[in-house]
Amino acid sequence: MTLSSSFTKNPDLDSWLQIHADGWVTVFTGKVELGQKLKTAFAVIAAEELDVEFSRITIRTADTAVSPIEGYTAGSSSMEDSGTAIRQAAAEARRVLLELASEKLDEPVENLAVTDGEIGGGKTNQHVSYWELMGGKRFNREVTDAATPKNPDQYRLIGNPVPSEGGEALVSGSMGFIHDMELPDMAHARVVRPPSYHAGLLDLDETAVRAMAGVIEVVRDGRFLAVVCEREEQAVWAAAKLAGLAVWDQSKGINAGDVFEQLKNNPRESFPLIDGIPQDAPVPPPTPPARAATTLSATYQRPYIMHGSIGPSAAVACFDNQALEVWTHSQGVFPLRLALAGVLALPEDAIRVSHVPGAGCYGHNGADDVALDAALAARAVPGRPVLLKWERADEHAWEPYGPAMQIELQASLDDDGRVIYWSGDTYSDTHMGRPTDHGEHSRLLASWHLEKQRTAPTPQPSMGFHAGIHRNSDPIYNFPDRRVIKHLVRDLPLRTSALRSLGAYANVFAIESFMDELAHESGADPLEFRLAHLGDERARAVLESATSHADWGTADREDGYGRGLAVARYKNLKCFTAVVIDLSVDDYGAIKLERAMIAADAGQVVDPEGLRNQLEGGLIQSASWTLKEQVDYDAGGILSRDWESYPIMTFSEVPEIETVLINRPDQPFLGAGEATQGPTAAAIGNAVYDAVGLRLRRLPFTQDRVRAVAAEG
Amino acid sequence: MTPSVKRMSKVNLNVNGRDHHLDVDEKTPLIYVLRNDLGLKGSKFGCGQEQCGACMVIVDGKAEYSCSTPVATFENRAITTIEGIGTADNLHVLQQAFVTECAAQCGYCIPGIIVVAKALLDSDPDPGEEAIRAALSDNLCRCGTHAQIIKAILRAAREMRG
Repeated sequence: MTLSSSFTKNPDLDSWLQIHADGWVTVFTGKVELGQKLKTAFAVIAAEELDVEFSRITIRTADTAVSPIEGYTAGSSSMEDSGTAIRQAAAEARRVLLELASEKLDEPVENLAVTDGEIGGGKTNQHVSYWELMGGKRFNREVTDAATPKNPDQYRLIGNPVPSEGGEALVSGSMGFIHDMELPDMAHARVVRPPSYHAGLLDLDETAVRAMAGVIEVVRDGRFLAVVCEREEQAVWAAAKLAGLAVWDQSKGINAGDVFEQLKNNPRESFPLIDGIPQDAPVPPPTPPARAATTLSATYQRPYIMHGSIGPSAAVACFDNQALEVWTHSQGVFPLRLALAGVLALPEDAIRVSHVPGAGCYGHNGADDVALDAALAARAVPGRPVLLKWERADEHAWEPYGPAMQIELQASLDDDGRVIYWSGDTYSDTHMGRPTDHGEHSRLLASWHLEKQRTAPTPQPSMGFHAGIHRNSDPIYNFPDRRVIKHLVRDLPLRTSALRSLGAYANVFAIESFMDELAHESGADPLEFRLAHLGDERARAVLESATSHADWGTADREDGYGRGLAVARYKNLKCFTAVVIDLSVDDYGAIKLERAMIAADAGQVVDPEGLRNQLEGGLIQSASWTLKEQVDYDAGGILSRDWESYPIMTFSEVPEIETVLINRPDQPFLGAGEATQGPTAAAIGNAVYDAVGLRLRRLPFTQDRVRAVAAEG
Repeated sequence: MTPSVKRMSKVNLNVNGRDHHLDVDEKTPLIYVLRNDLGLKGSKFGCGQEQCGACMVIVDGKAEYSCSTPVATFENRAITTIEGIGTADNLHVLQQAFVTECAAQCGYCIPGIIVVAKALLDSDPDPGEEAIRAALSDNLCRCGTHAQIIKAILRAAREMRG
C-alpha cells in the first residue's frame, strides 16, 4: 500500500486522529469545507475504518494551530489526498487499538472484532473499548503501511447514503458562517476601493466621516481605505460617505480593447506539451500530413468570467500584542498565513489563521484578499476583533476572474473519416494567482494599494501535468499524431486566478465541440465518432452509459430541438464524465435547456449524494457560464458590479437532471467537483448545432450571440 | 442615505411571534437589526440590492427582502425569519425535506429559499414544479442545487398535505 503524500509533512498519527475518553473521535484535515460535503465523506471514511458509528466522528478542518499541512483545498484533490490519508490513519489507529486490546484481554488479535469502538470476542468474551484504551491519550507513533484498510466487500457505510454533516444547521439558519461570527467587543468594518484597478487617490478629507455616529477609525494607507465602526450599518453608511468624499485620478484606465486580439498579439511564453506536461522546447508549427483527405480548423473563445459567490467575502481579525489572529474562508490557511506575514512584516508564528465556512467560492475568490483587509483594519484598533465584510460590488469588481481564453484547433481526417492529426493552441493569462510567500511581491489585493506598495509577482508558467492553462488541452482520444501548445500570455487587462476547473472548462469546450464538427464533416454520428477514437474503457463506459440512459440516436426531434453530448476525464487523470444535453432554440435565438444526463465514474463512491450534488451543481454552474456569463469592463473599470449587470442562471432556467454513478469500489477515489464543467459547455454547443445548425464557438451563448452567428450565415 | 448625526429611536418589531422594543437608527436595513440586535443570523446578506434573495423573511404572510428596507417600515407587521420556521433540533417538515433531499451545498442561499418556499406553501399547499420555479425566480443559488431544492419543496408539500 502506498501511503498518502499528505503524510510527508504530517507523519504523526496524532496529527490526524484523536480518541476521546467520552466516546468521541476527532479527525483532523488540512482541507476545508466549501459546501462540497468533504466533512461528510471524511467522517464516513474514518467511521468505516475505525468501526465506529458515523455520529461519533467530528471533523476538524484547517487551522494553522492544529491541522496537518495540506496546502490548498483545490484541484479536486481532497479525496485523493486527505481522504486517503484519513483512511490510512484510521486503519493504523484501529490496528494499534486492536493490539492494545489483545494484550489487555489476552486474546490474539485475529480473534477480536470491533463494534462501534467496543473490542471483544474470543474465548473469554471480555470487552474493552477504544475510549478506555486510548481516551485522551496520544498514539505517539507515525502512520506506517502496516495496517491494511478494509476490503470494499466489508463496507457497511461507504457508498451508502448518509445524512450530510451539519444539514440541520444549514436549513435552520444556525450554521455558523464567517459572516455570522461574533466575538466580545467586536467592531464592524467595510473597505472603500478605488473606482478601478489603476485609479490613484488625489484627495480625501475624512473629517465628516470621523464625525459620524459609531465611527471608531478611518483607515487610510496609500489608496487603501476602510472604516471601523461600532455597528454594522454604521460601517456601511460610513463607507458610502467616505467613497463620496474621495477624489480619484482615473487617467490610467483598463485596456478595454478586444481581449482576444490581445491574447494573440501580446508577449507570451509558449510550450509544447508531451503527455500533458509542458516542455521547455521550441514550438513547432502545425504540420497536417500530406495524406490528409480533409483538414479542418476552428477557434473557440471564452471571455473573463467570475466566481460569483452568493455571500460576499468576509474575515475576522484581531491584533493583540503583536500577535494576529485571523478567521477566514480561504482555501489555504497555511499559504494565506505566509502571504499575510509578508505584507504585515510579522513573523509567521505570530499569526494564527483558522478556517470558518463561507459561501461557496468555486476557486480563488475574494476570501484571501478580505483577510488582509480585515487585518489592516484590526491593526488600527488593537485589541478589538474586527469583522470586515465586502459589499456585493467589492466582490464582483475585485475578485480574480477566470481568465479569457482562446483555443485554436486543427485536425486532419483520412479517407475513412479517422483523425490522423491533431493540433491545439491554448492562449490564456495565468490561472494560478493564489497568494502565498512571494518575497517582496504579494498577490493580496490591498498590498497593491498601500503606501508601501507591493506589486504582483510575474506569473510563472505552470509546468505540471495538466496544470492551469493546459488542463485538459491534450485530448483523451487515440490520435496517432498530435501537437498541443500552451501559451501563457502577458499584459492582459484583468486580474485572474483559479476558477473551478481552471483551463479545463474552455479546453474541453473547444475539443469536444471540434470533435462534433469533425464527426459531422466525416458524416459520422457524434457518439460513434468518439467511440471510434477512444480506447480508455472507463471513458467509453461513461459515454455509453449517458447515451444509453438518454436513448441517444432514437428520437426524432421537433424543429428547434436538439441534443448534444461531450465526454472528458478531468485533468486526464480524475473523474470520467459524459454529459448529454437536450435543449430548444426559439425563433429569436433564445436557448432553453430541457434535460441533462450525466454519467460519471469517480472511482470508489463514498457519499453518493455528495458526489451527485457536486456533479449536478457543476453542470448547472457551467451551463450558467456557457449561456450567460461574461465580465464586462471599459477603460473606466469593471461594469459587472451586481447580479443585474452579471446575470447567472435562475430557477426558471435550470434543466431537469439525471445522474448515473458508475461505482468502482476496487478503484481509488477520483476527484469529481470540477468534472462536469467542460463537457457541459460542449454538450450545449453541440445541441445548439443539432437544433438549428449554428456552430457557436464564442462563449457565452446569449441570445445576441446566437442571432449574430445566424446573421453571419 | 448617509445620516451624519446619530438618530436613534425606539422601533417596535414583531419577530417570530415576539415583540421587541429596540433602540436603533430607524433607517437601519432590517437585516442588520435581525442579525446583530436580535441574534437571528439565519437571514443572509447577499447583495443589498434585492437581487439574490438570501435575505428574505416573511412579512405578513409574504416573502420580502430584508437587506435594504429600513427597519421602521416593518413596525407593527408580523415578521417570520428562518429561525421562526423551525430550529435545528425541531425542524419544520419543509426544512426536514431539504435535509432528506440533500438540498444544500454551501447552504448560504438556503434560508432565503426556505423562507420563500414557506410563504408559497402557506398560500398554495399543492404547487406544481412550475409554480415553485416561479416563486423562486428572485432567489439565486450558485452551487447549482436547484434540482434538489425543487424536489425538497415538492416533498414538503406532499408531506404537509398529509
